Amino acid sequence: MQTCSTYSRTVGWTTACGRRAVSAAALIVLLTLCAPVLAQDAPTPGQEAPSLALDAPAEVPAATSDSPVSAVLEAAFFYGFALVVIVSALAICISKNIVRMAVWLFITLGSVAVLYFLLAAYFIATIQLIVYAGGTLVLLIFGVMLTSKSPWARFEIKRGELLAAVVVSVLLAVALIGTLMGTEWPQDQPAEPHAVATLGTELLTTYLAPFEVASVLLLAVMIGAAYLARQEK
Amino acid sequence: MSVPWEHRRPVQYRASARFIIALATVVYRVAAPIVRAVPGPILLTAVALSVLASWGCMGLFGVVDDIAASTANTEATSFAGLTLTVAEIDVWLVEHSVPAAGAVKYLLWVLQSEIVRDLIAVTGILILFNIIPVYAIWWERKVAGRIQSRLGPMRAGCWHGWAQSFADGVKLIIKEDLVPGGADKPLFLVAPYFAFAPAFLAFCALPLGTYWVFRNVDVALLLVLGMLGVEVVSVIVGGWASNNKWSVYGAMREACQMVSYEVPMGLALLVPVMTAGSLNLVVIGEAQSGGWHTWAAFHNPFAFVAFVVYFICSLASCKRAPFDLPEAESELVAGFHTEYSGFRWAMFFFAEYAAMFVVSALCVTLFLGAWHSPLPQSWALESSSIWAKGLNGILFSGPVWFLFKCVFFLYVQLWLRWTLPRIRIDQVLHACVQVILPIALVTLLGHALWMLWFPAGSIVYAIVNVLLSIVGVCFLGVAVGIAAYGFANRRRLIGYLAVDHLPGS
Repeated sequence: MQTCSTYSRTVGWTTACGRRAVSAAALIVLLTLCAPVLAQDAPTPGQEAPSLALDAPAEVPAATSDSPVSAVLEAAFFYGFALVVIVSALAICISKNIVRMAVWLFITLGSVAVLYFLLAAYFIATIQLIVYAGGTLVLLIFGVMLTSKSPWARFEIKRGELLAAVVVSVLLAVALIGTLMGTEWPQDQPAEPHAVATLGTELLTTYLAPFEVASVLLLAVMIGAAYLARQEK
Repeated sequence: MSVPWEHRRPVQYRASARFIIALATVVYRVAAPIVRAVPGPILLTAVALSVLASWGCMGLFGVVDDIAASTANTEATSFAGLTLTVAEIDVWLVEHSVPAAGAVKYLLWVLQSEIVRDLIAVTGILILFNIIPVYAIWWERKVAGRIQSRLGPMRAGCWHGWAQSFADGVKLIIKEDLVPGGADKPLFLVAPYFAFAPAFLAFCALPLGTYWVFRNVDVALLLVLGMLGVEVVSVIVGGWASNNKWSVYGAMREACQMVSYEVPMGLALLVPVMTAGSLNLVVIGEAQSGGWHTWAAFHNPFAFVAFVVYFICSLASCKRAPFDLPEAESELVAGFHTEYSGFRWAMFFFAEYAAMFVVSALCVTLFLGAWHSPLPQSWALESSSIWAKGLNGILFSGPVWFLFKCVFFLYVQLWLRWTLPRIRIDQVLHACVQVILPIALVTLLGHALWMLWFPAGSIVYAIVNVLLSIVGVCFLGVAVGIAAYGFANRRRLIGYLAVDHLPGS
């Protein structure tokens, strides 16, 4: 073969055994190169392992938002994703196709999760992604796919529905804006380093009763759904 | 020349597309002769350079942190987080007699900005994220070839076709980006990005070693799981937007499968989380240091069952055989990506193979000792010289062990794909809801009770731990033995006719 003539020549030049030796030597050189790399990660018996236990004070990285560039970047990310949230939320209402609505909803939920991340509320952000973006939305699209009569089903809004929607939206907006203006927002609150551990402890001690009530409610919903879905005998 | 089909005008490429095509062609013309001449050295040099580069970055970042800690200069904040001046860095470097301080100080001055460091780290993760699928795809084709008594790719790059995936990449970039006439165009175009982005984000929270993690998030496990869950949306949207019944069938199967298998997967993952008492992957990994008997899968029988349950669910979550119904070739053409071509099609595959690596990494981090080697750490060398520490790093813990274990589980996934038959969708759901889910629930309860009744240190705990560890070693021994047998007999599997026509035989 023309394509591999050089390779054949190389093989003719070094025997298979020689090639193995070269590979072994290369491997040894490689591992030697790796040695100092891995030295950073190596445990030394006398030395204590890095304290990563929960009770140890977490190493909160020095606040980088002090420098102007970081502050500008953070602000840019915040306003950018806030804009995405608003635009995609509007697009849910405007688009007529139900699957497109679901995709816009996906973008809205994802961007809200990003806003949570910017506020260092990692637990809420990931739960938002898992429960809403990954779980509820998939179920929603799945339900649409199973139930819609035609793939291009469109929503046409009647005039009465539009009127009702406008009234409800205006009322909600007034209530929300009123609450937002009237609330004293805590400023410069440092992020809780071990929010998950605290949250879990609180849920299973202080708020055990509401937590259990919510679980029983979910169980009842599940049994009800299974009862409705089962085949008539 | 007349053709029987309707004449189509040649596609008018935009300037950007023309540029990419020209670039690919130039790269091919320049690189092909070089690659053909010296395939082995190129491969080894690339590996060595990437190791050196990652080492250099980690070392420099560490030095910057040291300087920042020693020079307590906190009140002055300047542009882009560049708090230290060149003079201060110079003083530290001279104090610690670092060679070539004159050149290094300017580099360190730039590197003290977190933004610069993050950009470098993200680039590194992006390279890793792209290299893994490229080689996993090549490896899958080789494994498939060996299992089916053929050779797999042999020509591109000469040494066992190691450059096959790069060649495919060039081809896929040049291919026409087709959108079917009846498709929902915006959704069709955007779906591959929904697959690609979450897989990459999962990599950002994944630790490769105690200090080798981009963002040490407290909820890293949840974040990675969330990203794996979000990936489904791409399959559903892509399948639906194609407006093709095979694609929609594939998408619906994927939705069913993912929604049901996420539940037992999460329950199984709760077992090591309970053992370590944290959702932080670094903490969970560190809790398993000290040798193979401390790995979470060997703590008690329930943990071992949870490991198996998780592995089965992880197959389902990245659509691997026997759960590859969404893209079942023999019944759905290609499932959800039937209508995709060119680079968008490749993006689905990148996401799939990256997700395979991520689930393997979760499996390793949570159940099989993360970046710790099976050797007991009490054997580690006491000397504090850099070479002794390096040897400890290779033998006892470090990113190499982590990557090695992940690649092993990646291989098991490839192995299963070419060995097991695909199961039917009703069997998939039956297996999940009526078999795996109850097992996962019992496992969780059993593990909790075990932790309550036999805490670490009690006799029952120790006996069971030792027994299970022995079972685990036997499993590993059998797996390695089978692999070694297969490797030793690889020529026999292929057949003499094929061997005689190998290049260089």
